[in-house]
Parts: sequence; structure tokens; C-alpha cells
Amino acid sequence: MSGRVLVGVKRVIDYAVKIRVKPDNTGVVTDGVKHSMNPFCEIAVEEAVKLKEKKLIKEVVAVSCGPQQSQETIRTALAMGADRGIHVDVSGKDYENLGPLQVSKILAALAKQEDAQLILLGKQAIDDDCNQTGQMTAALLDWPQGTFASEVSLEGDKINLVREIDGGLEHIKINTPAVITADLRLNTPRYATLPNIMDSLMNNETELHKPNHRTSLCVGLIPLFETVAPEDMQGGTDRSGAMLRHTVLQSGLGLHTRSLVVFSIGIGKNKTKLGTV
Amino acid sequence: AALGRKNWKEDETSRRTRLREGVPSATAASHGLTDEQKEFQKVAFDFAANEMAPHMAEWDQKEIFPVETMRKAAQLGFGGIYVQPDVGGSGLSRLDTSIIFEALSTGCVSTTAYISIHNMCAWMIDSYGNKEQREKFCPDLCSMEKFASYCLTEPGSGSDAASLLTSAQRKGDHYILNGSKAFISGGGDTDVYVVMCRTGGKGPKGISFGKKEKKVGWNSQPTRAVIFEDCAVPVANRLGEEGQGFNIAMKGLNGGRINIASCSLGAAHASVQLARDHLLVRKQFGETLSNNQFLQFKLAEMATKLVASRLLIREAAQALQEDRPDAVAICSMAKLFATDECFNICNQALQMHGGYGYLKDYAVQQFVRDIRVHQILEGTNEVMRMIISRNLLSES
Repeated sequence: MSGRVLVGVKRVIDYAVKIRVKPDNTGVVTDGVKHSMNPFCEIAVEEAVKLKEKKLIKEVVAVSCGPQQSQETIRTALAMGADRGIHVDVSGKDYENLGPLQVSKILAALAKQEDAQLILLGKQAIDDDCNQTGQMTAALLDWPQGTFASEVSLEGDKINLVREIDGGLEHIKINTPAVITADLRLNTPRYATLPNIMDSLMNNETELHKPNHRTSLCVGLIPLFETVAPEDMQGGTDRSGAMLRHTVLQSGLGLHTRSLVVFSIGIGKNKTKLGTV
Repeated sequence: AALGRKNWKEDETSRRTRLREGVPSATAASHGLTDEQKEFQKVAFDFAANEMAPHMAEWDQKEIFPVETMRKAAQLGFGGIYVQPDVGGSGLSRLDTSIIFEALSTGCVSTTAYISIHNMCAWMIDSYGNKEQREKFCPDLCSMEKFASYCLTEPGSGSDAASLLTSAQRKGDHYILNGSKAFISGGGDTDVYVVMCRTGGKGPKGISFGKKEKKVGWNSQPTRAVIFEDCAVPVANRLGEEGQGFNIAMKGLNGGRINIASCSLGAAHASVQLARDHLLVRKQFGETLSNNQFLQFKLAEMATKLVASRLLIREAAQALQEDRPDAVAICSMAKLFATDECFNICNQALQMHGGYGYLKDYAVQQFVRDIRVHQILEGTNEVMRMIISRNLLSES
């Protein structure tokens, strides 16, 4: 199998940083805080670069969805050996609402546009721990998925994969094109070398894409949830399911049909409320 | 970029010395740097935290010269940072170099100091060597396939370097060297020796080594006397012209001084972090030490001196890179100020740890021991004062 690999890389708060909640309780402090590439994404990049070094694939394309600063993350991928980068520009409110469903739609659109043979992602991001993007991307593309991979080997146009699952290790064989998500023990990511860093900074091989309807990506970024304090709800303090559902619909979240959103009612203020609709 | 290197959990030493820069404080080393420099710094910090910090105590106690780790560093481009790329170097500036050594030093001062000496030797051959010499020696040095030592000091000439006695007598197409060098870092374990010797006037089978010195710090690099007895060295190995040696040696030392000062900086930076973390954890008299005003003020003073040292070193690196007229003086100022202040910072950090600071289980004592010698070598701080006063009092 020789072709193009898309590697998703996410810019997250560095794992060593002590997280602080914002005073208005809407999230965590990110301004000025040290960010770096999601560790599982690093493992994914390393695997892609290794495949290229073994001449099993031709090109490694690093993709990141986010604001301007996501370009730093793409540069890190380039410095590790990726060939080029794609920055999907998502900022402001759109970025706050960017979750696995939106990212997977973007990746699926890009995979078709770039004619990718393989999509390599980290199994989850260390900020939201969703563990959804890989699976959703595969579903949208109707491609096989090899998640929690701890060993990957290409055999012709098939992939042999060892997955780390609750019961132990699972060996599967999937067709290409496919989506693979990297688990911890897949490999040990390399350091960027000084020459590669210099090359990656001089190299302007990063395209900019905007995921709105005016470009070819045509991905709608619609917020899926909204965080409110229970006291702010209209319709009194009755916490029955029906009342909450009514409130969610009233707040006009404009959900796509067939979107699955799950309710969880928490104790205390400011619990995120989502709902089955 | 730490996850996946060993496993998710960091070991004790790495956690202790890992610099947890969340929101960068005033002492963050990344302020004022370009994006590219921040990337270099990141790699160097990560390498220091993952490959060096976990071993620094062991290297110190067992006096191990960490060849494999240094070769890993060389693979990243740290073997010839300011050597030209055509012979395998990374072609970076003095400022980039200072930033890198400062970061590496947080992992192990002694090893970083040796790497900086190795870099200086590679640079000398790169800058003053002819085509054949550069192609013969530089690639292996940049990859650390071979290691280098810089031999200037002798038993009888330290500060008074110009009075060195090691002689080189021309015999056909060889020089015959006689004399001995003292306190040579890496001596006996390295492959390429850059030797300053006297060809005109006063001045065996070859080269031998004294016993390995037992030192207070810098224990991850061996230090020995290097002895020449009728040692034949091909004329083809002479860098530059006869009589040019002293000049070359001094030029090498300007950069060397910035590098050593940068190593002190990294140690002080790490020590301030360690002290800060300790103050937030240790409780006495019913509250954490961080509530004690004297210690708050002391920490503030340490941080201020740290940033001042850093700025002076980076300015000196710029001056050297641009070959400014004040370069020599400012490099001496940077070395003098930074090595003195950073030692005081590390010493204060040890004091803040109380009795624990004196135990070898804690990294801060190794930083103190390792950087103490920076006030002595690469030109004592007294010689630095000589150079600076000369610059101020000269008539021209």
C-alpha cells in the first residue's frame, strides 16, 4: 500500500501543567498557558513517519483544527518528519464548540479531498478524553477502524493490528483505507532534531482551510451543547427529564437531525446538560 | 513530548527537576525568543527532563561518562551547534547555543558543560582549520562518533595561559610535542585533543594520562592530566599558522565563557523551580514556607538575579555573533556576573530546603556542587575582572 496518510494532531494544554478553572466556571484557563501536541497524537505522527521510513507509504500529512496557534502543533509534526501540514482554521466561538463530531466531519472531508489511504489519530485527547474522533471518522467514511492500536503492520492492502482492550490483546486484520487510533505502547515518539525544526519553520507547506460552506470542505460547525446553571433554567426548578428537554429545545440549539445527544443531570451548579432529542 | 518515552509516570528525579511552566512566570526562559528558538529550547528541555535528569545523580555518584546519552544528543544536532552545516554542524547562532545549553543544563550541569567544551573544540577546527582538517575531524565530532578535549591549562600555567610550556618542535612533516596539560575535561576518554603548544623557543613515544581526578562536582566527565613525551603530531594537524595559537585559543574562550555561563543559568533556573516547589509544600509553624516573608523576598531576589544573568548572557551571545567591538568585554562580564550570581542562587535554594537540601537524594546539592567550578574555569572570575578593567582603562 503506497499512498497518503492523514495524521490528526491536536493542540492541548501540556500534560505537566496544573489546570485551573476559569473564575466564571465556563472552562479552564488557557490564555498564556503552555500548550503542546497531544501525547497520543505524537505517537500517531511517529507511527506515520515510521511507515514512511519503511517505504510503506508515500506521504505524511499533518492536520490540525483550531485557531492560529494550531500551526505550532503542525510545525512540531513537520519537525518529526511529516511532509506537509493542513491547518483548518477554526477560531472564537466555533473553536469553543469544536468537538469530536465536527472534527471527524472535517477529517472525513479532507480524507476524500486528499485521497488518503490511512488516517492515523491518537486514541483520545488529554483535555477532553472523548475517545470519539477516530471512531466517528471511520463511521462517516464507512471505513474499517483499528482503535487502541499497540502494534500496526501493513500486509499488502490489509493491515494487521493488535488492539489493547479490557480483556487483553486483540489481533485483527482490516482492509484499507482505514482509520487507526494510537494507544500508549504503539511506539516511543522521536525528538525533533535541530535541522528538522529549522526546515519546518522555513517550510511553508501548511495550507489553510476554512470549514464553512464557501469552501470545498462544507462542514457545518454547530454547537451541540450549552452549559447553564440549574437556577438559570426557565420553567422552575423541577428537574424532571421532560422539563429539561423542553428547555433545551426552547434554547434553540438547532441540532442536526440524527444527532445523538445524551442527557446527564448533575448535582450542584453549572453541570453540562445535554439531552436525547 | 514526554509521554511515551518511558511510560506515563515520570520517575522521582525527572518529576523533581521537570520545569512545570504552566503560565510562564517572570523567570520563564522562553520570554523574548523567536518561534524557532522556542522550538529548540523545547527539544532541549524535553531531552534534559527525559534523558538526563533521571540519571544525573547516578552519573555523579558512579562517575559515569554518559557516552550513549551524549550521542543521542548529537543525533538531535547538539554535537556541533555552531559548526557549519557543510561539515555536519547545525549552523546556529551563539544565542541559539546559549539557549540550548541553558535548557540542557537543567538535566545535568556536568554533562552539558562537557558537551559545550566538545562543541568549542569542533568549532575551533571548523573555523580555523583548512578544508582537509574540517572534513577529517568535524563530521565525526558533530555526530559524537568521536569526543574532543580542549588542552590549554598546564600545572604551571592556569590564569597565566600565555606562559604555557608545552613545546612543539618541527621535525620534517611532524611536530614533536613535549610537556603536560592539567585538568583536561574528558582527558583519557576522548578521541581528539585540541592542544595549545609553543612552537618557537622553549619548549616519547607519545601521549599519556595522569590519574583520574576526584572532584567535588563535574563527576560525569573524567578529568586527567595529559602528558606528551616526544609525541609526534603531523604538521597537517596544525590549525591556522604558527604563532596564531594564542589568538585562536582566546577566541574559542569567548564562546566557551558564554556556554559555561549558560550552564550556570540552567542550574540556577532549575534550583529556583525546586526551591519554589519546596516552599509551597514544606510546612513549619502551621503554614507553608511560602507564607514566610523572608523566604518570599529571598525567592524574589533569586529570580531577579536569574533574569538579570540570563539577559546579560544573551546580550553577550548577540555581541559575539555580530562580532561587536565590545564582544570580549561583555562575554567576560556575562561569565563573571552569571557564574557568581547563579552559584549564589543555587546555594540559597539549597538553604531553603533546610536539612533535606544537604542530602544527595535531592538534586539541589548537585547543582550547587556542579556549578561551583564555573567560577574558576574558562578563565577565573578574577581574570574576568582583569579583562573588563583593561577594556575600561585602556587609552584607545
